[in-house]
Amino acid sequence: MKNRTIVTTDTPVPMEIKPPEQPLHTLSVLVNNQPGVLARIAQVFARRGFNIESLVVSPANDGRFSRMTIGARGDAENLDQIKAQCGKLIDVIHCSDHTEDDVVSKELALVKVAVGPDRRAEALQIGEHFGCKTLDLTPDSLILMVTGDTGKLDAMISMMQDFGLIELVRTGKVVMTRGEGLT
Amino acid sequence: MIAEARDGAQTLLKCLEAGGIEYMFGYSGGAALPIFDALETAGTKIKFVLARHEQGATHMADGYARATGKPAAVLVTSGPGAGNTITGIMTAHMDSIPMIVITGQQVTWMLGKDAFQEADIFGITMPVVKHSYLVKDTDDIPRIAKEAIHIATSGRPGPVLIDMPKNISQGPCNAPLDMPMDLPGYHPEIANVFNQEDVIAIADALNRSQRPLILAGHGAMLAHAGPELKFLAETCQIPVTSTLLGKGIFPESHELSLGMLGMHGTAYANKAVCEADLIMSIGSRFDDRIIGQADKFGRNATIVHIDIDPSEIGKMIRPDLQAIGDAKVILAELNKHVTRLQTQSWLATLNGYKKRFPLGYKKQGGLKMQHVLDVLDTLTKSKAVITTDVGQHQMWAAQFCKTEAPWDWISSGGAGTMGFGFPAAIGAQFGRPGEPVIAVVGDGGFQMTLFELSTAVIHKLPLKILVLNNHYLGMVRQWQELFFDNRKSGVDLEGNPDFVKVAEAYGAKGFQIKRPADIEKILTRALEYNEGPCLINCEVLQEDNVFPMIPAGAALEDMIIEKPKYRMEKPIGST
Repeated sequence: MKNRTIVTTDTPVPMEIKPPEQPLHTLSVLVNNQPGVLARIAQVFARRGFNIESLVVSPANDGRFSRMTIGARGDAENLDQIKAQCGKLIDVIHCSDHTEDDVVSKELALVKVAVGPDRRAEALQIGEHFGCKTLDLTPDSLILMVTGDTGKLDAMISMMQDFGLIELVRTGKVVMTRGEGLT
Repeated sequence: MIAEARDGAQTLLKCLEAGGIEYMFGYSGGAALPIFDALETAGTKIKFVLARHEQGATHMADGYARATGKPAAVLVTSGPGAGNTITGIMTAHMDSIPMIVITGQQVTWMLGKDAFQEADIFGITMPVVKHSYLVKDTDDIPRIAKEAIHIATSGRPGPVLIDMPKNISQGPCNAPLDMPMDLPGYHPEIANVFNQEDVIAIADALNRSQRPLILAGHGAMLAHAGPELKFLAETCQIPVTSTLLGKGIFPESHELSLGMLGMHGTAYANKAVCEADLIMSIGSRFDDRIIGQADKFGRNATIVHIDIDPSEIGKMIRPDLQAIGDAKVILAELNKHVTRLQTQSWLATLNGYKKRFPLGYKKQGGLKMQHVLDVLDTLTKSKAVITTDVGQHQMWAAQFCKTEAPWDWISSGGAGTMGFGFPAAIGAQFGRPGEPVIAVVGDGGFQMTLFELSTAVIHKLPLKILVLNNHYLGMVRQWQELFFDNRKSGVDLEGNPDFVKVAEAYGAKGFQIKRPADIEKILTRALEYNEGPCLINCEVLQEDNVFPMIPAGAALEDMIIEKPKYRMEKPIGST
């Protein structure tokens, strides 16, 4: 309990996780909404040794297409190769890397915390600090929903570690280019 | 408007025919029955050739495409039939060969239930196809057939697979035969739009260079860029080396030709790479067998990469200048901006290397593959279609059989598929009847697909099978000799059949060459025999090594010209 860092939602967060050696990239891939497309994309990543860290797939506003937002780690040169290989797939309409683009980026997490009556108020207070919604409450647990950018979620989760995490589900990041430009 | 009733299979054949498919190589089976029946009922002009194994069928379609530039189709059944095509599809994919592969499949409602001869061929082949389809609606067939041919043949070509469940092929099709394509993510036409500034930058670099070198690859061939390449080389006086698959895009007898470069390329081509101040790759992918140790490749040279596929730029070598697009279009533009270069002293240096390090062999001391191939080249005046298998004979054929015209050299480059050469020759002969087609094979690779002798005999194809028989897997044995203290492991092909008798058993003509003195006489007789296929078994030296050689992963300057006296380190590279 000593040396605790005070964390707020608008200050950068010291992450519990070790700093990654390779930068995290976010790829946005617009694809034909057809069976097998995800397998083709996944194969490109696997073959080039890129580990997919997060993946969100949903229909685009034109239902013929799906939008994939893929978070992956790897060196920039290799990433260029993956982008080019993905772009070659017939089912890929376009593929762009948003690591440095001007995008808004959001993620959602459900966090199940082991917390009884004695520390419940404390946990809920921290949750409130992060703008969490309480989705489930039992005598020995609660489920909090948090949304925001990856750093905020990491911070919230690291705070909850202290109570004991039972389970954690994160959606993975979705991104959208700011302004009128297309993602 | 509605034409006569037709089923999915008939529709498929009509659409493939409309798309320009003339030949279909394959092997029948239960799930493909409706398609085989349609060959009889659809009134199609597509000619079906029954192979003896599905792998053979794919290599035939491959050889046909490499000899003609046009795609052929493969038709097989589901499960093992489809599975047997994998090596052939992979071979075509590695070398950017257009091919349409039709596989029969279980009925749609049984998919995923492990039904008889069900295989997820759509999933299995995913990494080795340019694109693939599992047809779920009979009315999609016209669109899919059109798209498949378009995808296979445009941009960077490649194999496309169409998996046809049996209920789809025998179900009624009401769709018109000509349907629009729906390919929002595929725009090969942009290959004709290049960045003018890129081309000008390349021209400027070229005009400043003193020791330029053109590296011509298969992409130049696929783009039919031979005339533009020749114009560029001759106008600027630039020497040309080619990759294994680029053989023939620039005539190898030309004084500016350096022949093939790379692991077993000519010494002068590799020396040219080491000393050039500008290396311009046209449609090559800087394969590991060409560049050796990547960080030492062309260290002192400006590297120019022209390719239709953006993913090739920087994959192996990061170029200083690049142009993405069709090689023919880009070279035509480049040719407007270049002038004659002062390369006399550079060419003189290279001519010196040609004299100092010629490709050679001793005619004494037994029958040598090199000698046989050298005589073959003389007798055919370098004008035959040569197909090869993979191994020592392939490298010697590349060295000694000069290729003068595009589409005359057919070899499995990227995949290095043994068993390719003979069936590929069958496909090539179908594509180019009346022209001499010679399959140069080793005793190892030939035995992987020799059953296609039936196919060749039935169709009375006058192709020649030159078996360079050293009773070993020679290339592997060479590596074991050089890098593994000559411990022979898994390379002795004892038990080889009498190939002449094998040929005769299938109804083909057999010849035998045992002594150097027989080469010319027997080869002449074989080349004159055109009543059907013939086989020439050459009992060559058992242990001989291909040089020059760059050990895998080593730099080009570490090329060895002859067997070193010292023990060599095991190579860093794989093969």
